[in-house]
Amino acid sequence: MATVSHGEEPVTTAGDLEVERLSPSAPRPERPPSPPRRRRSGLHRGENLFGWLFVSPSLTLLLLFLVAPIILALYISFTNWSGLTSPTSSAVKWVGLQNYRTIITQPGLYQTNFGSAIRNNFYFVIFTVPLQTIFALWLAVLVNNRFLRGRQFFRTAYYFPSITSSIAITTIFIFLFQGSGVVNTILGWFGIKGPNWLYDQQGIFWDFFGFFGLTSPPAWANHMVLGISLWDWIAGPSVGMCFIIILAVFTTSGTFMLFFLAALQNISEELDEASEIDGATGWQRFRRVTLPMLRPALVLVLTLGFISTWQIFDQIFLTASNPTVITPAYLSYQVSFTDSAFGVGAAVAFLLFCLIVFLTVLQRGFIKEDLTQ
Amino acid sequence: MSARSYQPPWRRVIGYAFLVLLAVIFIAPFVISVATSFKTEPDATANPISLIPHPPTLSAWQQILGIGPNASVTDFPRWFVNSVFVSTAITLGRVFFDSLAGYSLARLGFRGRKLVFGLVVATLAVPGVVLLIPRFLVLKELHLFNSYPGMILPMIVDATGIFLMRQFFLQVPVSLEEAAKVDGASILRTWWSIVLPIVRPGLITLTIISFQGSWNEFQFFEVATISPKYYTLTTGLADIVGGGLSAGNQFPLKLGASVLTILPIAVLFFVLSKYIVRPRLAGAVKG
Repeated sequence: MATVSHGEEPVTTAGDLEVERLSPSAPRPERPPSPPRRRRSGLHRGENLFGWLFVSPSLTLLLLFLVAPIILALYISFTNWSGLTSPTSSAVKWVGLQNYRTIITQPGLYQTNFGSAIRNNFYFVIFTVPLQTIFALWLAVLVNNRFLRGRQFFRTAYYFPSITSSIAITTIFIFLFQGSGVVNTILGWFGIKGPNWLYDQQGIFWDFFGFFGLTSPPAWANHMVLGISLWDWIAGPSVGMCFIIILAVFTTSGTFMLFFLAALQNISEELDEASEIDGATGWQRFRRVTLPMLRPALVLVLTLGFISTWQIFDQIFLTASNPTVITPAYLSYQVSFTDSAFGVGAAVAFLLFCLIVFLTVLQRGFIKEDLTQ
Repeated sequence: MSARSYQPPWRRVIGYAFLVLLAVIFIAPFVISVATSFKTEPDATANPISLIPHPPTLSAWQQILGIGPNASVTDFPRWFVNSVFVSTAITLGRVFFDSLAGYSLARLGFRGRKLVFGLVVATLAVPGVVLLIPRFLVLKELHLFNSYPGMILPMIVDATGIFLMRQFFLQVPVSLEEAAKVDGASILRTWWSIVLPIVRPGLITLTIISFQGSWNEFQFFEVATISPKYYTLTTGLADIVGGGLSAGNQFPLKLGASVLTILPIAVLFFVLSKYIVRPRLAGAVKG
């Protein structure tokens, strides 16, 4: 999954499973055995005992480190726990919805930080998801050509960044994008003076408004929403966030390229050739034949993209000195572990969780609609 | 033959040049990192793009390997060993527990199987970000915070792996196991000697992706530990990049450490990638 490279490691996620669904010549698997029967024949003796025995280690860990923690954290988001005592001790006070009010409705630092984290991540998502999807699809089409020599080499090269550690690749990118680093040197060859990528907080839409003489906020833009002004809301991604976007597209495209490749290989060559014989041009073939067949893969890549981009953390951890790149996932960590306000941190995490679930459900709805048509 | 092979030669040359350019863009950051790790700090700052260190120096690698004058500031050998140890333990745990649970969910008709399988599928959908604080909480409660078991045990939970192994087991013909049972083999024996060898491709796949996942893991180790002695390559590297070093930008050291972090996984992946298989999943989600 994409996360494939943002918040999570790409190869280990559920998305990978989906690849096969789209891939060629997958015969239907055997039907799983029928549900447990009441009367057991000799062959099924002991299955109840061994079934539980086999599943219990995993089940215990799952309940202990996944289910229980989530319930406990939901509870913490309604308390003032500081991280020092046990979260179940009597020193921990129930504060009701106070933590949620602190970040949503109550003017103050937390509200401002939450508002700008949402804004930062929003621009990250709406730039990264389309860019990585289009780029991955384009790479897949390029290396899917049957007559291409060195196909395996090109696929490996494009996929390579996807398997690397997010911390290591972010470190490398910090070096490449320094003020007088590799990227700005190359831009200099073309007479372009590159920005100070990592630390620049200027919103890129502001530069765009500047062309029309709009250099300072008009009166209406001083209205505050979620602790930050409308002028800040329409700033677009900062230059610092553009750095993160480039990094994310670079590391995630390879994974999604594989998704599209699996789907492309599923399209029968006859269909492709038939349309070719009918005189369709390359673009027409892609638009009318290939793209509709890629629809399931496209929906999957977009869904995984939206889910993972809202969770970006590792890359932000290393660049957080620029406040315009801080995301809710990082804010939740920072508020908890730096300010010891775990209740507020947990509340941020749960709001993010709700947002992701909401997006997923929304997407599911779209897919269902799609299938019924 | 397809009409596509009759492209004019000049178009093909441009096409290949373009693909090569893309490949260079994808590979260059890693090549530059290797080159920079052999540079002096002033050289790395002044000539970031040059691939030839001038003068070449081994000082970054000496520090990484724990020899030379500055080695005491960072402890890469220990972080490397931690990474190897923790990733290996997590991988072994996952492969073992996932294949037990996967077999149980695929083949053994126990009461409550649907419920357990439903739980596994549901946890697949939990976004990782909500687990950040919760896992810290539970580690504290269980007195596992800042310890090896605390780093390993929660990472062994792996709904994806259980699901994956279940799919592999579903593909094994039932007749094989029934024959074994008729011959009097116990369930444990059937699982170990008959079924596991058949799903070996699945086990290898799970091993590779588990090792890669735990080797690259950062977020969880960052909240599960606090002492530098538990640093892995990712948390240790993040610490020095985040300002844990006293003087200068030390890019040769940081990039050398990044190369060290990437290299084992790159080797593992490209040597073993031909063994990676995926189970046939079409329509298999309905338990």
